[in-house]
Amino acid sequence: MEAGYSKFDRVCQIIEENNYDKSKLIPILQAVQNEYRYLPEEILAFIASSLRISPARVYGVATFFAHFTLKQKGKHIIKVCDGTACHVKKSTNLINTIKNKLALKDGEFTTKDMLFTLETVSCLGACGLAPVMVVDEDVFGQVTPDKVIQIIDSILKQEAAQ
Amino acid sequence: MLDLKKITESVQKSLGNVTKRIIICAGTGCVANGSLKVFNAFIKSADELGVKISVELKEEKGKTNLLSKSGCQGFCQMGPLVNILPSGILYTKVKVEDVKEILEKSIKADEVIERLCYNDNGKVCKGQNEIPFYQKQSRMVLKQCGVVDPENIDEYIFDGGYRAAKKACIDMTDKEICDVVLAAGLRGRGGGGFPTGKKWDLTRVQQRDKKYIICNGDEGDPGAFMDRSVMEGNPHSVIEGMIIAAKAIGADEGYVYVRTEYGLAVERMKKAVEAAVQKGVLGKNIFGSAHNFTLHVMEGAGAFVCGEETALIASIEGKRGMPSPKPPFPAQSGLWEKPTAINNVETLATVPLVINYGADSFRQLGTPQSPGTKTFALTGQVLNTGLIEVPMGTTLRQVVFDTAGGVTDEKGKVDDKNFKAVQIGGPSGGCLTKEHLDLPLDFDSLKKVGAMVGSGGLVVMNQNTCMVKMAKFFMQFTQNESCGKCVLCREGTRQMLLMLEDITEGRADENTLTLLEKLAKAVQVGSLCGLGKTAPNPVLSTLRYFRDEYNAHVKDKRCPAGECSNLVNYSINDKCLGCTACARKCPVGAIAGTLKKQHVIDTVKCIKCGVCLDTCKFNAVVRG
Ligand SMILES: Cc1cc2nc3c(=O)[nH]c(=O)nc-3n(C[C@H](O)[C@H](O)[C@H](O)COP(=O)(O)O)c2cc1C
Ligand code: SF4
Ligand code: SF4
Ligand code: FES
Ligand code: FES
Repeated sequence: MEAGYSKFDRVCQIIEENNYDKSKLIPILQAVQNEYRYLPEEILAFIASSLRISPARVYGVATFFAHFTLKQKGKHIIKVCDGTACHVKKSTNLINTIKNKLALKDGEFTTKDMLFTLETVSCLGACGLAPVMVVDEDVFGQVTPDKVIQIIDSILKQEAAQ
Repeated sequence: MLDLKKITESVQKSLGNVTKRIIICAGTGCVANGSLKVFNAFIKSADELGVKISVELKEEKGKTNLLSKSGCQGFCQMGPLVNILPSGILYTKVKVEDVKEILEKSIKADEVIERLCYNDNGKVCKGQNEIPFYQKQSRMVLKQCGVVDPENIDEYIFDGGYRAAKKACIDMTDKEICDVVLAAGLRGRGGGGFPTGKKWDLTRVQQRDKKYIICNGDEGDPGAFMDRSVMEGNPHSVIEGMIIAAKAIGADEGYVYVRTEYGLAVERMKKAVEAAVQKGVLGKNIFGSAHNFTLHVMEGAGAFVCGEETALIASIEGKRGMPSPKPPFPAQSGLWEKPTAINNVETLATVPLVINYGADSFRQLGTPQSPGTKTFALTGQVLNTGLIEVPMGTTLRQVVFDTAGGVTDEKGKVDDKNFKAVQIGGPSGGCLTKEHLDLPLDFDSLKKVGAMVGSGGLVVMNQNTCMVKMAKFFMQFTQNESCGKCVLCREGTRQMLLMLEDITEGRADENTLTLLEKLAKAVQVGSLCGLGKTAPNPVLSTLRYFRDEYNAHVKDKRCPAGECSNLVNYSINDKCLGCTACARKCPVGAIAGTLKKQHVIDTVKCIKCGVCLDTCKFNAVVRG
């Protein structure tokens, strides 16, 4: 990460765009997270003081919503849908296959090399194609354990080529 | 001022020059299947083949073909879909490689390419009106979804859009609007089924300086995507419904609260609001009336409980999305303590229809107590999954066997005997079984059997689905999503989940079932909001209809559906020819064996995914 100043610059800008409005806390956190891909602690404190609200409130909101993350994530994010439709179509198999492939132990979601983060989400709204999985920006439908391995392998190959 | 007639005439004129219209589905499902690539291939190939194509509806010299994108056309599983007007040919599973042929044959000439049509048991269906999936529906709310270009407000206006809003703003009083909606019997589509006219009237009579209308587009129910499809496919219908609602209750500001996972819906809603502002449909003195209305689009941040109205309000205010006790109801004290009406996306999209056609016409479809239609997200083990809309009161049998084309087995083949149950209404709903096949789907009859319409998720399950595991799945969901405010919701659901885990993993005894039932009832009573109150529904309804299955887990330590991995084991018998197919497919390398020798499964490594069972051509893999 670059020098601390430029980091806060962008946050300042986001807060300004939202007119220092406390009620815009959620959109502000969203914009910040889009920028850094997670919510660094010092930035949460900074937002609290800029909006003149308690750090506890900012922290409270940031931890309440599933979309916010306080930990740094891997470079590639694999989201497996475990909503009803996908679950019925055996999404658990996909999750197990990925955990196995990425050697993630129970309770671990990011690989040690910070290359992958595995997340489960409840419904991506493409249930007609269940089971569904999103890798970074690409949505894959009717996924099988085979296909999962192929997708991960192709990313690994790309990474190795770089 | 906005002149709807002039816009209509201008679109008419532009359309007059359009020979054929190619509509590519750009709903989430089809995009996932690659429909945007197909769209681009059309542009490229048309250029190469010298077929004239415009991608925007505008006045042009000479004839042209129009290529446009639409929201979900409903038949997601068969996507990417390409619909050609005026002939109404519908092509399914279209690939980039097919595009040239479509241009050559169907656009230049009028030929139908049969191989790309939907095939119903050997019968080639040329268009939507020949496909059973569409034939059995009554698309009212979804009529334009999948047809109009959601990013073009003029098209919506051409199709009759914003007439109802104009009528409401100019010709009707707030009370008249409430009365019509009440007389039409429109009930909220967000789950509760509360009469919309009544809700509005309660808000209308509040004498306050400021009021709000909120559109609930949170749609947190797993397995549901109706609201998403409406917001993506016909965002203006939602805005129009909100303008009417705002006038009815006397609000001048509103919010559309959309789930953050629904990126495309957020984008299309935002674009639609911008376009509406530009045209003067939103803003000050709408249609020259005294009515002002500002509309904001807000993205949620991923919390199911935020679909509950008081929690949703809290999150718009920038707080943790936790429900608060009612009363006061939002109608009395909602957003920033001002009177607020909250309605579901589909409810609001239905409102213009009520205003345009009147209460009596609206009642033509549906049942006396539940008039109109309902959209359902049809998923699970059926031939045709997708987005459907049927009159309220349609039976489950019609939906599952006619519209959805029947129940499928593990290999995806239709086998109606394989029908086991339908989970309806998501985590707050219950399940229906064979004995309910002729039950009309409407608010009241479902409630009677311990289920609910809910938001409209409809998951069909076959004999290979374990109902206990299903109940556990929903319990896990509500447990994760409980906001933690109420002890019984927070701790009770946790204990229920643990008990269900004991059952599926073979540690439970009969006492567990008794305890589970007791606790379920306590959670229902002791929770503040709908999340906790309804969390036990899937458990109670499966206990009621599938007691045997629970007993098999508890007494015999057996999972009849073969889904609970602790209670099943995979092995390979002597039918194995040693073809190595299973070993190659096993995702965890649990199968060992050499060519032409019987293989063995390492039960410790095995994750019980069943891939080997599906792979083996010789039925040598057994689950027991
Ligand atoms: C936990 C919970 C989640 C809910 N989620 C939604 C939702 O995603 N969308 C929705 O329209 N209503 C949802 N509701 C119902 C709303 O609180 C509210 O009743 C509804 O938006 C009212 O609109 P309607 O009268 O048009 O149905 C939920 C309720 C609860 C208790
Ligand atoms: S019932 Fe559950 S979700 Fe609802 S307020 Fe109580 S703890 Fe929160
Ligand atoms: S069930 Fe799945 S994990 Fe187990 S042996 Fe078969 S393929 Fe491998
Ligand atoms: S349940 Fe997986 S996309 Fe809806
Ligand atoms: S997304 Fe194309 S038909 Fe549903």
